[in-house]
Amino acid sequence: MGFFDKLKQGLSKTRNNFTEKIDNLLKFTRKVDEETLEELEEVLISADVGVNVTQKLMESLREHVKSSRIRSTEDLKAALKEEIKGLFPQQKMSLQPPCILLVVGVNGVGKTTSIGKLAHNFKNRGYKVIMAAGDTFRAAAAEQLDVWGQRSGVDVIRHQEGSDPASVLFDAIQAGKSRRADIIICDTAGRLHTKKNLMEELRKLYRVCQKEYPDAQLLSLMVLDATTGQNALAQARIFKEAVDISGIVLTKLDGTARGGIAIAIAQELNIPVWFIGVGEGIDDLQDFNPDEFVDAIL
Amino acid sequence: MAFEALTQKLNDIFKKLKGKGKLTEADVKQAMREVKLALLEADVNFKVVKDLIQKISERAVGQEVMESLTPGQQVIKIVNDELVQLMGSKEAKLNFSSGGITVIMLVGLQGSGKTTTAGKLGRLLSKSGKKPLLTAADIYRPAAIKQLQVVGEKLDLPVFTMGQQDPVNIARASVEYAHKHNNDVIIIDTAGRLHIDEELMDELSRIKQAVNPSEILLVVDSMTGQDAVNVAEEFNKRLALTGLILTKLDGDTRGGAALSVKAVTGCPIKFVGMGEKLENLEPFYPERMASRILGMGDVLTLIEKA
Ligand SMILES: Nc1nc2c(ncn2[C@@H]2O[C@H](COP(=O)(O)OP(=O)(O)OP(=O)(O)O)[C@@H](O)[C@H]2O)c(=O)[nH]1
Ligand SMILES: Nc1nc2c(ncn2[C@@H]2O[C@H](COP(=O)(O)OP(=O)(O)OP(=O)(O)O)[C@@H](O)[C@H]2O)c(=O)[nH]1
Ligand SMILES: [Mg+2]
Ligand SMILES: [Mg+2]
Repeated sequence: MGFFDKLKQGLSKTRNNFTEKIDNLLKFTRKVDEETLEELEEVLISADVGVNVTQKLMESLREHVKSSRIRSTEDLKAALKEEIKGLFPQQKMSLQPPCILLVVGVNGVGKTTSIGKLAHNFKNRGYKVIMAAGDTFRAAAAEQLDVWGQRSGVDVIRHQEGSDPASVLFDAIQAGKSRRADIIICDTAGRLHTKKNLMEELRKLYRVCQKEYPDAQLLSLMVLDATTGQNALAQARIFKEAVDISGIVLTKLDGTARGGIAIAIAQELNIPVWFIGVGEGIDDLQDFNPDEFVDAIL
Repeated sequence: MAFEALTQKLNDIFKKLKGKGKLTEADVKQAMREVKLALLEADVNFKVVKDLIQKISERAVGQEVMESLTPGQQVIKIVNDELVQLMGSKEAKLNFSSGGITVIMLVGLQGSGKTTTAGKLGRLLSKSGKKPLLTAADIYRPAAIKQLQVVGEKLDLPVFTMGQQDPVNIARASVEYAHKHNNDVIIIDTAGRLHIDEELMDELSRIKQAVNPSEILLVVDSMTGQDAVNVAEEFNKRLALTGLILTKLDGDTRGGAALSVKAVTGCPIKFVGMGEKLENLEPFYPERMASRILGMGDVLTLIEKA
């Protein structure tokens, strides 16, 4: 199955709800009036785009309607798509091995699973990969990563539960250097962005990577659950402050949630989405493409 | 939007009301737009917001503008009262089987906090004199069984496992095990699943049929957005849920999902998860949740005193 088909399949639920609504909306409304606009606003809200960004989008649509650049409901849909696409930053992920990926996020969003998928993906593209079990807190977190190591045939560096995550990363970096790994992917314990001490611990992990492997490219990846509502903005803001987030993995898009909060994050924090998770299997990770994403939800 | 911001906006709207005796429909309508935005920003589902706004408007129109309060605060008080009422006015307790073993099933989306909550519940029950057994019925997630075993070990609670066999058989066998070992409560940890996954949703129905649980609790991440209603509705339709548990409330989410899932299922929220540690499970207090959704903190008590 090609990339586009898989993406479409992953987003199909998303797509059905959203498109049906909009299409129904457009079918039964001949000209663009205030009511059409308000219903469209509702569609965006129900996709978790958020009040602020929705209002900004609607304002600009209203301008277009006023200046008669939008006459039909088709124009309206096209304009909205363009508007949203324009919000996503253009930066692509560009790997320059040796590279360290520090994977962070709140509890249960899919960090460990995404790391397993990424390791598999990078390995298939010819990179030598090492995984670091930097979550030493959650029950059986290292065992979970081990299973992904077996599935992808990638080595996992791990310590005992309760040990210092910084020393796990330290060891993984040494192993990465001596085994000439291209990419070291570091798992971290899930943590809420509001926990000061845990965020400080994360900063420390970032510094360990900088200090122990100054020649490596260091990228922080934030994993975001597409089911998340407006709290994701606060998450992204604070994780960005702590470890300079380069890109996002948007998971669980195989459900009915639409992940509209990624649009708000792109708009307010200028963080690109690099990957999407569309299932629990090892192949259920896709490159993110803003055009396809917007086409798939609108 | 914090409470101050919302009251400020409402007060601005109502400023011109000075000297008026009652709130008119037009006064209220303008105020309701602000309330609506505040609720949406807290992730309350937009359909739930609509219903709520209608109810609140009806109550607010014709209200006396009390002299001790600014009208803005008064409207917030009405909003708050409605939220509390919608969320259930008192703390809900667990149901126990009248004779024999009580079975509690935990269900929900991936990563919502089921396994952790199974441990937390086991701890609470054990402290109240019960003899709980944790059953590992998640055969899919890597190291899920091991995770529950580690949790059980930390709490000194028995964990029933049967490897990767059919979860229905595991559940059934755990009841037999409990009989033999004098356990009076079983907490079944099921695998996370999407509400639209036919096969796995059917698996839950079959577990339910096999062990006849007294409680089927949906574990919901309190950071969930607008989709919470779809998830809760579908789980409820399939399983006839008996209650809800909200997790990860120790962060700064406004937690509008609480209102959404309560509104669509009618099920009481029985506990809230307040941290990753196994002692971080608390009863649910509707008033606190209402204040939180409105971003109010203690301010409500001030209003009441005013
Ligand atoms: N449906 C679906 N489930 C996913 C996806 N990604 C992860 N999951 C599931 O979500 C759950 C949590 O995933 P983990 O990888 O353990 O999440 P985590 O962020 O590492 O969790 P903590 O380490 O506990 O903070 C697991 O049941 C995964 O199988 C996805 O794209 N789609
Ligand atoms: N901060 C916080 N974290 C929690 C809470 N409850 C659970 N967690 C964390 O959320 C993550 C997921 O918890 P699990 O118990 O593994 O979730 P699950 O629903 O069993 O996940 P799956 O089995 O993969 O579907 C873990 O990192 C837990 O430590 C809570 O109340 N607060
Ligand atoms: Mg993890
Ligand atoms: Mg679990």
